Amino acid sequence: MSMGTETPAQPSAVETAGPPVGPRRGGLPSWLRLPDQTLLRNLLLAVFFGVILWILSENFDSFTNLRLATVAYYFTALAGLTVLTGLNGQISLGHGALMAVGAYSTAILVGRTGFPLGAALAAATAITALTGVAVGAAASRLRGPYLAGATLAFAIGLPGLADRYPKAFGGENGLSVAPPTPPASLGLDFPLERWEAWIACLCALLVFVVLANLLRSRVGRAFRAVRDDEVAAQLAGLNVARTQVLAFVVSAACAGLAGGALVVVTQLAAPGAFQLALSLALLTGIVLGGLGSLTGALWGAIALVYLPQWSDDLAHSFSLSNDVQSNLPLALYGIVLMVVIVAAPQGIQGALRGLARIAHAALRKKPATEEEA
Amino acid sequence: MNNTRTRALLALAGCLTAAALVASGCGSSSSGGSSAPGVTKTTVLIGSHQPLTGPAAPGYSEIAPAAKAFFEYVNAQGGVNGRKINLIYKDDGYNPTKTVDVVKQLVLQNKVFAIWGGLGTPTHTKVVDFLNSSRVPDLFVSSGCPCWDDGAKHPYTFGWQPNYTIEGKILGQYIKQNFAGKKVGVFYQDDDFGQGGLAGLKEQLGSQIVAAKPYQPTVTNVAPQITAIQKSGAEVLVDFSIPAFTALERLTSFKLGYKPQLVVSNVGIDPTTVGGLLKSFSKGKADTALIEGAITDAYLPSPTDTSNQWIQLFQKIHDKYDAKAPFDGNVEYGMASAYTFAQALKNAGKDPTRQGLVDAVEKGGFTGPGLVPFRYSKDEHGGFGGGQIATIKNGKIVVQGQPMTTDPGTGPITASNMKPAQPGDNGVVKP
Amino acid sequence: MTRFIDLTLNGISNGAIYAAVALAFVLIWRATRIVNFAAGGMLMITTFVASSVISSSGSYWLGFFVALAMGFVLGGVVERLIIRRVEGGPPLNSVIVTIGLLILLQAIAGMIWSATPRSFPPAFSIRGYHVGSHTYLFGPFDVFTVLAVLGVAAALFLLFRFTDLGLKMRAAAFEPVVARLQGVRVGNMFTLGWALASLAGSLAGLLIGPQVFVGPNNFDAVAIFGFAAAVLGGLDSPIGALVGGLILGLALSYVSGYAGASLVTLAALAILVAVLMVRPSGIFSSAKARRI
Repeated sequence: MSMGTETPAQPSAVETAGPPVGPRRGGLPSWLRLPDQTLLRNLLLAVFFGVILWILSENFDSFTNLRLATVAYYFTALAGLTVLTGLNGQISLGHGALMAVGAYSTAILVGRTGFPLGAALAAATAITALTGVAVGAAASRLRGPYLAGATLAFAIGLPGLADRYPKAFGGENGLSVAPPTPPASLGLDFPLERWEAWIACLCALLVFVVLANLLRSRVGRAFRAVRDDEVAAQLAGLNVARTQVLAFVVSAACAGLAGGALVVVTQLAAPGAFQLALSLALLTGIVLGGLGSLTGALWGAIALVYLPQWSDDLAHSFSLSNDVQSNLPLALYGIVLMVVIVAAPQGIQGALRGLARIAHAALRKKPATEEEA
Repeated sequence: MNNTRTRALLALAGCLTAAALVASGCGSSSSGGSSAPGVTKTTVLIGSHQPLTGPAAPGYSEIAPAAKAFFEYVNAQGGVNGRKINLIYKDDGYNPTKTVDVVKQLVLQNKVFAIWGGLGTPTHTKVVDFLNSSRVPDLFVSSGCPCWDDGAKHPYTFGWQPNYTIEGKILGQYIKQNFAGKKVGVFYQDDDFGQGGLAGLKEQLGSQIVAAKPYQPTVTNVAPQITAIQKSGAEVLVDFSIPAFTALERLTSFKLGYKPQLVVSNVGIDPTTVGGLLKSFSKGKADTALIEGAITDAYLPSPTDTSNQWIQLFQKIHDKYDAKAPFDGNVEYGMASAYTFAQALKNAGKDPTRQGLVDAVEKGGFTGPGLVPFRYSKDEHGGFGGGQIATIKNGKIVVQGQPMTTDPGTGPITASNMKPAQPGDNGVVKP
Repeated sequence: MTRFIDLTLNGISNGAIYAAVALAFVLIWRATRIVNFAAGGMLMITTFVASSVISSSGSYWLGFFVALAMGFVLGGVVERLIIRRVEGGPPLNSVIVTIGLLILLQAIAGMIWSATPRSFPPAFSIRGYHVGSHTYLFGPFDVFTVLAVLGVAAALFLLFRFTDLGLKMRAAAFEPVVARLQGVRVGNMFTLGWALASLAGSLAGLLIGPQVFVGPNNFDAVAIFGFAAAVLGGLDSPIGALVGGLILGLALSYVSGYAGASLVTLAALAILVAVLMVRPSGIFSSAKARRI
């Protein structure tokens, strides 16, 4: 699923129904190959991933299931952000605040007004999408560092609302919700953490299907066109402002859903979780993983969850002074960020793609008589 | 778009994900039985969450290392009931989401016996429900929020330091008695800490308070608040602030030439910390010149009181096991809280269980370096029940009068006649 | 009335510091088209160094000038070693690199100096001037703050406008290809731009150190407000940096004084968005090209 930005869409592969005709691709028999219709392919992929995740969650202990759930909601947010920044070229430093909107909406709907969880998550997504309309409309007039500055102000200013209206938003302590109880049909002993992982993974798969389709669609092409050359896109008939806003809304909806999933997993929505550091972490996640790519968003999510853990363990394995030990994970994180960008600017996904290309070329010993599409 | 390549990458993605997650999942350890996880024949494993990095780290990051130093001293003498206490503390950067993560890690992965001294109100409130529903003893939260004092809703959670409302009442009563009729201004942190303190002050002082201005810990410019308080004519200024903001208030007041009688919460008055921040402004005078004469309350002996046996003991432990840290109020806090924990563990008996530990705390009867008794019973999970008024004299906290105790509600403030304990009592340490 | 004057003076004093940080952002943007998210970390390190020098030598001014010199060198080194590799690339790459550098600098500071904040001396007394019956919220140190920032801004103005070097720097920034053809060492001009920017940032750190105390995370707020001021004024305009800093300083002081401290960050957001909606490239942005 390399969502490369360079590959132009081929109308024949997407639009025609039925088995593809034309030059044969290497290797697999037709029944094993994924269909070429985008929606069907992505749904099948989602089912495939869903099965893998189900198997994993059944075998993980409680804590690793929590980690799985965390990776899932990070993926949900990162996928949206990578579409906005990678595909549409808008740098947003405010997606942490959008996650906050989704999180607080979910917390209020579930905790205060007793909405069922599914409806609350859907509503939170919608509310955040609406916020995305407002922010996106403002953002569509701005470019580059000015967009960064405005979204930065948004990221810093919005959590201030929690302190300003403590009765509504719980102030510094935030809002707590009761943990989501697994339905009785799963059995009394069904671990809570596995249920949370299922909910988060479902959100992630949903976002995957929607965005994977969007990337191959006209909307996706519009996003890329506006990113690459605004003037040309406008000349070609695209409404630039509307495209920018749409990209923002899509990414905001993903961030909102991710925020809702965060509330499910942690049972809280507090301003301390949505500081500027979160927005910056999301940004580093999409770049580390590979900009513009959904698989990149997956790598980024894994990195965001496990990199601090590994560097923490590494720091503790040496016996160092307190000051050095507590700061070593941060130092490593900073170094990793700088080194990855300089050495592998396409991120993990880019590096993997490069490896795959090398491997693929090495495997094909004879010169290509068939076209590689 | 190449189908083979797509599938290959997908498979690769799936396998790598699975491998990574499974690999980390295999790292979990297990120990102990179901009623006493974390307890072996020779060790007891406990955990804590602390702000070791980030904006709350200054000062507070010293507490857990000091407690660990205390436990090492106890362990060197044979431990408690033959078991060594092993404290793991993890950094949550004062971020509640991270707190949830590390506490779940401590309970589910490290399988600790109990949580000790979780630090912070916005952070710890996020794990209280989890700990109680998982029946993990949640002892001696490092925060003065009245919310830990709820034996009915959170039977496994106990506070330790005096809660902020109690402190506000005791300070308020002193102001009422000694500064009757004078206008009072309050400068407080805009969260549970400051608001709790303000509630206690209001209960005693009522309309004597003419100005109450909150501050946000993220905004260091406090001139707007102090100028407003000065303008209201307040002759007594109460600071319910953390040390950095006590220092900022002092500097701003100095800039304005505003010299009210200063009253400061014990949270924000540690002379070593505040003096350190004011050092560059004292121009030849003592570092603590700007807080000289301030009134505060104390529930532990002053770290500078070298005649006190507890301070001597803590100083000895500090010099041996925690020498890099300054010997200040934070270090004393960590060790004193660790002492109470060791006492509770001892009272839990030769084969401690989680329920047994909780019962031991509820039975109470703890003595230690504290100047006032604890409020531990079946219903009260509060921690220290009061404090003793003190003044800053020559840069040191000097207590005066009698220790007072009260409740967080509208109950009366009464003098306590608890006799101070010696380190050798209770058999927890051999000094 | 005196309250208004107090808040205004307070706003001017803080605004000058935000302006100094904004200048740092503007200089780097003009030279290399990069937003330096590590600005706050760099000025934090130089202020720590100043603090150590002052403690060990007892001389404030020695520490002061060491910090400025170190800022100059640090800016140049960072550009040459780290930033050079992401210059001219996608903007997001430089964003991530500078964020990574910021995190690294804060971690290093925590390791060397620990998280406990230190006291930092002011150059002059902070005691306010007493006029009539009122002590104002403005003292000798505030006068020094404003003058120092204006002085640095004036020196930079003179440098860019009236010297050969300044011309070369401007040429390297706006027309690097042509400049190279004219024999300008463009790379060196970039390094110099970063060095000067970091010097301005160091000054800001020395000026705000007394009132935020010196700790690894204590300069985050001033860096963010400085960036907001730079965006407000227009990243291409040093005058914009000064004006943006002043506006932001005054606005935040009034909001905090009349409406409450909890509204300060929201106010910053509102102001920034309001200005950018009317002038999408800041107040002093040059005329925009092609609109179809």
